[in-house]
Amino acid sequence: MVKEKRMIGRLPIAALGLGLAAALVAAPAWAQVKIGAVLSASGPASFLGDPEKKTLEIYVADINAKGGINGQKLQLVVYDDGGDANAARTFATRLVEEDKVVAMVGGTTTGTTMAMIPVFEDAQIPFISLAGAIEIIQPVRKWVFKTPHTDRMACEKIFADLKRRNLTTVALISGTDAFGHSMRDQCIAVAPQAGIKIATVENYGPGDSDMTPQLTKIKATAGVQAVINTGFGQGPAIVTRNYRQLDIAYPFYQSHGVASKQFVDLAGAAANGVRLPAAALLVADKLPDSDAQKSVVIAYKKAYEAAAKQAVSTFGGHAYDGLMILTQAAQRAGSFDKARVRDEIERTTGYVGTGGKVNMSPADHLGLDLSAFRMLEIKNGDWTLVSDSGS
Amino acid sequence: MGITMAEFLQFFFSGLTVGAIYALVAIGFTLIYNASDVINFAQGEFVMLGGMITVFLGYAGLPLPLAAVIAVPVTAAVGFALYRFAIAAAREATAVTLIIITIGASIFIRGAAEIAFDKRFHSLPPLFGSNPIRVGGATILPQSLVVLGGALIILVLLWVFIDRTLFGKAVIAISANRTAARLVGIDTRMIVGVCFALAAGIGAVAGILVTPITLTSYNVGTLLALKGFAAAMLGGIGSATGAVVGGVLLGLFEALAAGYISASYKDAVAFLVIVAVLFAMPQGLLGTAKIERV
Repeated sequence: MVKEKRMIGRLPIAALGLGLAAALVAAPAWAQVKIGAVLSASGPASFLGDPEKKTLEIYVADINAKGGINGQKLQLVVYDDGGDANAARTFATRLVEEDKVVAMVGGTTTGTTMAMIPVFEDAQIPFISLAGAIEIIQPVRKWVFKTPHTDRMACEKIFADLKRRNLTTVALISGTDAFGHSMRDQCIAVAPQAGIKIATVENYGPGDSDMTPQLTKIKATAGVQAVINTGFGQGPAIVTRNYRQLDIAYPFYQSHGVASKQFVDLAGAAANGVRLPAAALLVADKLPDSDAQKSVVIAYKKAYEAAAKQAVSTFGGHAYDGLMILTQAAQRAGSFDKARVRDEIERTTGYVGTGGKVNMSPADHLGLDLSAFRMLEIKNGDWTLVSDSGS
Repeated sequence: MGITMAEFLQFFFSGLTVGAIYALVAIGFTLIYNASDVINFAQGEFVMLGGMITVFLGYAGLPLPLAAVIAVPVTAAVGFALYRFAIAAAREATAVTLIIITIGASIFIRGAAEIAFDKRFHSLPPLFGSNPIRVGGATILPQSLVVLGGALIILVLLWVFIDRTLFGKAVIAISANRTAARLVGIDTRMIVGVCFALAAGIGAVAGILVTPITLTSYNVGTLLALKGFAAAMLGGIGSATGAVVGGVLLGLFEALAAGYISASYKDAVAFLVIVAVLFAMPQGLLGTAKIERV
């Protein structure tokens, strides 16, 4: 018995020694640069988070196949927060403390992004968010950037279209999620300068399955000429279906939170005639050749649709822009030093992405202007560009 | 704010629509409770499985009617498995333990669905088209009438089954006194297992009928189970008619609260109902008060 014990005692030490040797030999291969991504690939924001995840995976593999950045390969660490801000914060802490990422591209929703911001600010790691609300970058936070157009810009774009059509009194129906709520507040704030009057505001929970009571109240409000729905996920699809069910004749606007074919599929025939501000990516084929974004969006569309076997959505496009801005900044910095990468991200100028032309500055961590947004209308289940003259 | 008849009618139809959904879930609760004294919080997952299995079989290429016909017995089998491997295996556990087991089972089924299917939302085409029917200035979807009709048909079929077949008599015997039923030779385990399967099948049918209106996803079961439970409690946990009445009433309360008070508190209505019923009237509207002889 004692003899066996000694024999057994030597084996683990030998194994440990071999393992250490192997690890030392293999060490250079493990020196990958880790980029973190906490995304909402499941839950109510899944049709935003899932294309984002697929896009990041496709393009990190693509970058690695071309040799990586600064001679190093990238390793993508993805966590799914399911749309829950608490889970997102936990994963953010894990990325910082255990995975030791150099940067983060993620935060599918406003709620999850706002929960994670303090983690990345404390750790001084650049964070490029993929969420919509303006409060992410206003007030400007040193380490936080974002790629999607803000909710304020969406309101301004919709109001401009309404003025063109001589409609000035609107009703809002909003989801109570952070983005829906935030965009509602932005629209209320921006309305007076845009010459728009908001007659009534209704809201619904993101998991609700029937919004006919709220729409009935809107229909009964005198003077309403158009209705705007702010929110994302399946809520807007149900609101749209209910809107047609109730035969409400006024023009109906959605936000860029529904800029995905999934919305059109879920809302069905009810989606026809709905207008929304969205990135040019959705109408890639219909852009005039002179458009600066055309080549970028067509290339992304081809690559995404081939690899993911799904139609493109602007959400995947924002993830693409985030990754490209990050990696181009790292290339300009010549290293993955977090502070230098951050400085270079802030110096991004003239980057043409799926969302528009990006020109960042210390005061502007988004870099897009209103021209980056296009007004689209859904016709026959497909996106069409509304011309600047409003038809 | 002029409260017009048309508006009230619209809120009423909205309430009927969601109420019919809750009614179908509540019938499943009642059936299992009657057969085994267990409150099955996995009932919502059966509704989810009915819808999701049909959707995914449809994606796999099967014609939707065939997919639906397959989804129902598959879900019924899951219900039977729940009984056989989780409830029956717990033998003489207390009621609270069994309820917690069903909660655990619902989490398990939801997790399995998340992996087996996907995390997105899906829809099914409505049975009779989506042109709304106009009544008195308000509109109702044909599918809402299908769900209501379905709930009534299932109620009638269940009544016929329980009241007019030998099997149904055995279920009544078991719910009256389980030990006595065993003593007269009724195979309680098999019968209760079949009741679980039946409740799961009813849940699956509910899911298939309801998906064209509410959409489906791997996690719709949780809230549905809670609301169905509130409906069953409101109507009287032992009574199938009570389940339908409770469901429709709960739906109406929710819609009227959303319309006249505020939409933000709509979900609170179901929970307020549970609290109110348990405080004031634990046997519900149509249930019989349980008198225990000490």
